[in-house]
This record gives sequence, structure tokens and C-alpha cells, in this order.
Amino acid sequence: MAQASDVDFKTKLQHWIPKVVLSPSLFLVLLFVYGFILFTVYLSFTDSRILPSYGWVGFENYSKLWRLSHWTTSLTNLGIYAFLYITICTGLGLGLAIFLDQKIRGEGILRPIYLYPMALSFIVTGTAWKWFLDPGIGLEHTMHLWGWESFKFDWIKNRDYAIYTVVIAAVWQTSGFVMAMFLAGLRGIDSEIMKAAQIDGASNWNLYRRIVIPLLRPAFLSAFVILSHLAIKSYDLVIALTGGGPGRATELPATFMYSYTFTRNQMGIGASSAVIMLMTIAAIMIPYLYAELKEKK
Amino acid sequence: MSASAQNQAVQTGRITRTFIYVFLLVASLFYLLPFFIMLVNSLKPLSEITGGNMMALPQTWTIEAWGAAWSTAQVGVEPTGLRPYFWNSIKMVVPAVVISTVLGALNGYVLTKWRFRYDTILFGLMLFSCFIPFQIVLIPMARILGMLGISGTTTGLILVHVVYGIGFSTLYFRNYYAAFPTELVRAAQIDGAGFFQIFRRIMLPSSGPIIVVCVIWQFTNIWNDFLFGASFASGSGAPMTVALNNLVQSSTGVKEYNVHFAGAILAALPTLLVYIVAGRFFVRGLMAGSVKG
Amino acid sequence: MRYFGKKSMIAAALMATTSMAQAADVEVLHWWTSGGEAAALNVLKEDLSGQGIGWNDMPVAGGGGESAMTVLRARVTAGDPPTAVQMLGFDILDWAEEGALADLNAVAAEEGWDAVVPAALQAFAKHDGKWISAPVNVHSTNWVWANKAILDELGIAQPGSWDEFVAALDAVKASGKTALAHGGQAWQDATIFDGIVLSVGGVDFYRKAFIDLDSEALGSDQMVEVFNRMATLRGYVDDNFSGRDWNLASAMVINGEAAFQIMGDWAKGEFLNAGKTPGEDFLCFRVPGSAGAVSFNSDQFAMFGVSDKDAMSAQGAMAASIMSPSFQSAFNVVKGSVPARTDVPNDDFDACGKQGMAELAAAAEADTLVGSIAHGHANRASVKNAIYDVVTAHFNGEYDAETAAEELVTAVEIAQ
Repeated sequence: MAQASDVDFKTKLQHWIPKVVLSPSLFLVLLFVYGFILFTVYLSFTDSRILPSYGWVGFENYSKLWRLSHWTTSLTNLGIYAFLYITICTGLGLGLAIFLDQKIRGEGILRPIYLYPMALSFIVTGTAWKWFLDPGIGLEHTMHLWGWESFKFDWIKNRDYAIYTVVIAAVWQTSGFVMAMFLAGLRGIDSEIMKAAQIDGASNWNLYRRIVIPLLRPAFLSAFVILSHLAIKSYDLVIALTGGGPGRATELPATFMYSYTFTRNQMGIGASSAVIMLMTIAAIMIPYLYAELKEKK
Repeated sequence: MSASAQNQAVQTGRITRTFIYVFLLVASLFYLLPFFIMLVNSLKPLSEITGGNMMALPQTWTIEAWGAAWSTAQVGVEPTGLRPYFWNSIKMVVPAVVISTVLGALNGYVLTKWRFRYDTILFGLMLFSCFIPFQIVLIPMARILGMLGISGTTTGLILVHVVYGIGFSTLYFRNYYAAFPTELVRAAQIDGAGFFQIFRRIMLPSSGPIIVVCVIWQFTNIWNDFLFGASFASGSGAPMTVALNNLVQSSTGVKEYNVHFAGAILAALPTLLVYIVAGRFFVRGLMAGSVKG
Repeated sequence: MRYFGKKSMIAAALMATTSMAQAADVEVLHWWTSGGEAAALNVLKEDLSGQGIGWNDMPVAGGGGESAMTVLRARVTAGDPPTAVQMLGFDILDWAEEGALADLNAVAAEEGWDAVVPAALQAFAKHDGKWISAPVNVHSTNWVWANKAILDELGIAQPGSWDEFVAALDAVKASGKTALAHGGQAWQDATIFDGIVLSVGGVDFYRKAFIDLDSEALGSDQMVEVFNRMATLRGYVDDNFSGRDWNLASAMVINGEAAFQIMGDWAKGEFLNAGKTPGEDFLCFRVPGSAGAVSFNSDQFAMFGVSDKDAMSAQGAMAASIMSPSFQSAFNVVKGSVPARTDVPNDDFDACGKQGMAELAAAAEADTLVGSIAHGHANRASVKNAIYDVVTAHFNGEYDAETAAEELVTAVEIAQ
């Protein structure tokens, strides 16, 4: 705490400056984030259709929401997608980071190669992925041209597997970023600890499993936060790759919400799905923030 | 130099090393593949794309598609290409990135070095704001921009991006400054330095890496945004992503894939450039920043 | 003060427009960004600039206008709506109910629109007796496009009935080619559905089930038959159909990889662009069993409320230009559709276009002109999309025809 031992004006001013500096940001966040969240909660109890309106309908939107079979489909999809996406991104990111940390020649070239997908917008990258995954022109077709006639890869056309192709493209886009976070974590570990462990005769495997990976805990947590927020917000990816299809097989809550709010003119139902999404996020984030911020004190 | 020094501790055998190299190379193929598809097909004439193998190298190399995407492709009533929209994006992204980075730096500085009661709760509130789905803010945001009279202007768009960038930029700077020795700040205070003096003389000079991280993150997100750009900019002031979308999503007519891919790469060039130029500092910045927990 | 009070919002919208709109410019929100469409729109732009009216272009492509509709919502909420917005069917009426649209009666009376626009179309261009939008074209969806060379080679005559159509599809399939070119996207599945509903139950059933939303008709045996026919068609598409864009499916027919495509008349533009001639290289005919009926959708420019005198006159001039016979002809020749007014000479149109114009006039006369389910001219967006859900789920094999009919009843009920 900034101790104000003198009570002259300047010190008082110094005492207030930090709060004054913080307040515009706080004001913006309170209004544009929390104000809008409250507004959305309110909308979810109204009969809003094309624009917000104020006829109170109680929980009707919520009960309609849970009767819609593709809302439950989209939740199941999010479960599968988020689990695989977070696990694979973390695993791949960690693996790449550990390997890249072994005095690799050409690290300066490899690192941007892993990172660059984050820089591209999915509006068109989606098309490239769509082609690649399409059995008629993509990987399957190419393998056939190269003589491997029995090769089959038609997940994107299959109702049961299409969601996994979304995972593949999503992993491609962000795992490099996760790699960078782990790499940074690894570079931050005191090399004395490693040396000591090696002198004790620990194998490489044990060294990483027992010492290095536990030390990366903050990196794991950051990665988890960033990945889960990306997973829940995933929208462009699905639209570009499958458009929610085949049928409605790859619908996610974000696409569901958008379509009810803006294309189906059922803003009330869209708002209620948004509220459920926000509650889910809060359920994941608040324990994390609590743990994180308590540790700091 | 110590920060980016290679980890010296692990000894690996020849077989392991070979395996590592193979793994890393295979991984890089995975990452490069979509870019390869885009690049190769942007250099082919259209007939070769629709008739042939999408992985094959062009038989006739041509940069016609690139010229078309830049200056003659149809993105509206007039065939202007992406060129006029490029500057719109620059005009929006530069101020938005600068403002949100400055705000993030000041917030991080206050939250770590000038702590007060409940400051962690305020930080928690800001952090949670990163998670708001953008779809729900569209309508209320439009209303507020309308009331402020900046709807359909670049100023309005900058405001929107600054607001939704504060959460992440504050997160980055706060975690970075948390590791910065508070004693230095106290010493300067005793010497009579004020709030802004300390920030300028002591904090800023050592903030290079985290500024890079924050700029990269913000630049990428703002540059690639479509929803806000389409909703809150006027037709001729629309950012590049909106123009790219109009180029790619047109509903009828022959799909000129070569032009689409060329356009996509053109639209991504600034972000790619930022990644490559600043990429070296990126890991270093992350190391000191967000992953310290 | 309530921030989002509807009345205050519209009032704000009107005031803001006054201060922002330049003396005589029109701002036009649309999603016609492909070469041919944009060129056709440019005709309108040139026409207006001849009258000293500037054109402020605001294209937002994507999802058949979905992105544009989202943007429109933001613009209206901000109190800064565009002058004119490309729009379809019930969306126009929804906005009219919000009180956001202009009154074009003065122009309409002067130009005599009431006499020349078919009544079925007026239902979407007028609200409470006021003209609110200017229809540009009439598309119709129950068309089949066929590759003539394939049919000739296999000795298939143009099918006139459902059974003949199935026999023709069988013959093509046996030859190893793809019988039906199709893209598995919800709206494309629903476009086929339009034609099949007409072919099974005719106009009366169509109206009862999909315009009146009679739950008995929605769950009837006839509906089960509709879904059975959808499943039959599903058997003739290739393995890679899902997610394919419609114009790539058209390309399959053009290139001789596939024999038939069921698609709206915008598909014709693809054939013409590829240098094909109707009657010689490709055939156009109504979905077998649905001849005589026409399911239509119409692109219109809905005019948003402006209060400034100059802006109003610019808007009126734009509406008049859209409805002028010369623009209607020029635009629709390019777009593949037919004019929205029935008194436009058909000289510049090709064989399919002439057929379409004649059939439209006949259907309007005989009261067999119905709004397309798939394209938002039968129901509001919520119901339309609920129907999409069931049709596309069934088409992708999620459930059988009986279940589909049951699901349809439930889905429509929830969406209402």
C-alpha cells in the first residue's frame, strides 16, 4: 500500500492518481461488459424477436431452448470439441515446446512456422481446410492420384465424425500459440534445478515428469484459460468449415446463439442460450480466478 | 541474453535427437500445409484449379490473381479490389492497438505497484470481460454508438476494439509487472518521483517484451475481426476483412479460388509481418508475462 | 429513460438520418457482390447518377444475406439505417411492423405499380396499404436443370411425371454418372423440398401445411410421402454432396458429371456464363409433378424511413428506377430471374426466361403462385429455419419419414 505519511496536497494527489488512472478502464468494462451482460439476462426473459422488446415472458425462452434438440446437440458437441481441443493443443504444444528447447538448429525458422496460423483469419483459411478435408478434391483424392487407392478420409462428410475435423483445424490454428507459452515457461526455469536433478541421476523422462512439468503449472493454467475461452467462442471455424453441417451435426453453442439471435429472429431464445453460455464460462473461470488471485496475496 | 539462453541441462542421445528433428519437421509440414495450398493455388490460372490436383504445383505460373485481388476484383458495385480497404484497416488498427496497450500498461502498473483494497476483485472483473461473446454486445453497442453520434465512423470502431481489448492487455501487463521488483518503485518514491515519472523512467524502459506480446495479440485480433467491422463501419470505411468476405462469399458466379486465396494472403500480410518481425520477442515476452501466473 | 424503448429508438433513427444523410445520396446495403450481379446493380447506380443522385455502396456478403441482416440490425439500432436494403419476403414485413420502413405510396401511385405487380408479390411489398419496398425480380425455385447431352446419350426424354423422373434418375445412375447434383446445405435441401411438396400435394396442400401451418397437414400421410420422396432423391446424390456450394453442383451438370440439379432459376446464370444455350446444351423444366404451380421468391429493396426532403426524393427516385421496365429487363436477363412486373417485354430473355415469365403470369392468373418455403416467402424466419432443421436432419439420415413428419409438427410449434 502507498503510505501517505505527509498530508500535504501533493501526497494526497499521488494517493488518488492510481485510482483516477484506473477508473476510465473500469468504467468502460462495467458499462460495456457487465451492463451488456445484465441487458442480455433481461432480454432472455422477454419476447424479443427482430429487435429488443420488453414483453415479459418469464422462463418461456429457457423451456423452449431445452426442447430444441439441436441445442442439446450443440452442448454435446461443445463437450467433445472443447475436451479434445484443449487436451490435444496442450499436449502438442507442450511436446513441441520441450523438443524445441533441446538446442534445435533452425529454431528461429520453426517457431514462426508453428505460430503463424494465429495470424490468419478463418474466412479463407477455412476454405483451404475445407478443400483439404474434402474427399473429392483433398487428401483422399490426392492419395488416390498418388496410387494409394484404398485410402479413405471422409470425416467432414460424415455426421458422426465431422466434429473431429473441426478439432483438427482448431488445433492447427492455436497449438502454436500454446507452444510459445510453454516454451516461455521452460526458458524461465532455473537451469540449476535441472543440473542438480541430473547429477542425482534422474533420466530425461523422469526429469521432465517429476520436475519440469510441475514447474510449468502457471503455463498450464494460462493455456487452459486461453484455450477454453477460444473453445467456447469458436464460431468462424465452424461456419467456414462445415456451416454447422452435415445436417446440424457440428452446431456449437456460439453458432446456435448467433443463428437464433440474428437469422431466426428469435432474440429471446438467443439471449437465453447466451446466458447459459456465460454461466458455463463463469463456472469454469471463477474458481480459477479465485485460486489465481488468492495465491498472489 | 540469459532470458533466451538455451536450456543447457538435458543431454540427449543421437537416436533421440533424430527422432526430435523428425517430429519437429513433420509438425511443421502440418502447420504449413494449408498455407501451401493457398499459396500454390493463388499462383495458378483458374482452369488449372477446377480441373486439377489442388496439391500440385502450377503448370503455368501466374500472378494475375494477386493483381486482381489487390485492385480489380469485385467487392461491391465497383470492381476496386482490396486496396482501398487496406488503409481503412490500418487507420483503425493502429490507434486501437496503441490506446489499448497504453491503458493495459497503466492498469497493470496500478494493479501491481499501487495496490489498494479490492484491487484483485477489480482485476478479476477486467479479466472476466475477456470472455464475453461478441454476438451479445452487438445490439446494445450499436445503440450506444448511435447515442454518442459515432456510429459508422472509424472512431466508433476504435472505441469498440479498445473496450474489448482492455481485459487481455491488462492481464498481460499485470502479470509482467508483478514480477518486477517493487523495491525499485519504492526507492524512486522516496526520492520524490511521482506516479507518472516512475512509470516513464522505471517501468516503461523494461517493458519491451510484454509490449510486443500485447501488440501482437491486439493487432491480430483487431485486424482479423469481421463482426464489428461489418456492423460499425460505413460502406466505404469498412475494414479489409469485410471486403475480403465480400470477395469470397459472393453468392453466384464462378468462384475464383485463385483470387480468393491471393486476397486472403494479402489480407494477412500485415499480421504475418508482425509475427515474423516481432516473433523473436514474443516468447521472451510471454515468458516474463502471462505464464508467470 | 429506457434505453431501448422502441418508439424512442425509431424516433432517434429518423432524427439521426436527417442529420447524417447527405443532400441527395442513397446508401444501399446489399449482398450482390459477384461479377454479374454487381454489374447489373451498376446499371441502377448509373441511372441514379444521371439524375444527380450519389450511390453510397455498402455490400455485406455471406449466408445468402444473413450477414447483411445482422449488420442492418446494428445500423437501425444505432439510429443510422441505410436508405435501401436488399431484403427477402417476411423480413420486409417484420421491419415494416417495427415501423422502420418508408411510405412509397406517392411514387407507386405515380408509376402505377398496383396494376403491374402480381398480387402474391404485393403481399411482401406492401404493408397496411402502404408500399414499403421495390421488388427487383421474381425467382422461382421448383426448377430442374438437366444436361441435354447426357439425356440424349442415354435416350432419356424430359421427364413429365414423378415416376418418369425416378426412372430417368435410375438410368443415369446405372450409367455410372451422378444422377442428381446437389449440395448438402440446409437451404439447398429445403429448395428441393419446395418442389417436392408441390409435386406431392399441389398448391392446396402446400398452402395448408406451410402457409397456414395447419398441424394436421404438417403431420399428414401426404407429408410422410413428401419425406419419402426426399429420401428417394437422397439415393441419387453422390457421396461428397454435403457442404458443397450450389454453384459447384451446377458446375457438375454443366461439365457432364451429373445429369440433373433441382435449384432455383439463379442456376441458369451459371449455365449461361459457361457458354451453354438453353434447349441445346441444357434443359429447364419444372420439378416433375409440380407443373402449373410456381414457388417464388423475390429480391426487393426495402426503403427505410427518412424524413429529410432531399433524402426522400432521392429514395423515391431510386424506387422508381428499380421499377422501370428497362432496369427490370436489364437486371433480370443477367440474374436469371424474371421481372417483378408483368408488363415488361420478353425480347431480351432466353428460352428459359421466356418460359419463366409466361409461367409466372399464368400462375398469378390461376392463383397457383406460392411463396417459397426455403427462401422466406412462406413463413417468418423462425419457422423457416425450424423447417430447415427437420428437412436437413431427415435428408442426412437422422430419422425416417414418419418421424420427420412428427418432428415437423413439433418444430413448427416451438418456432411460432
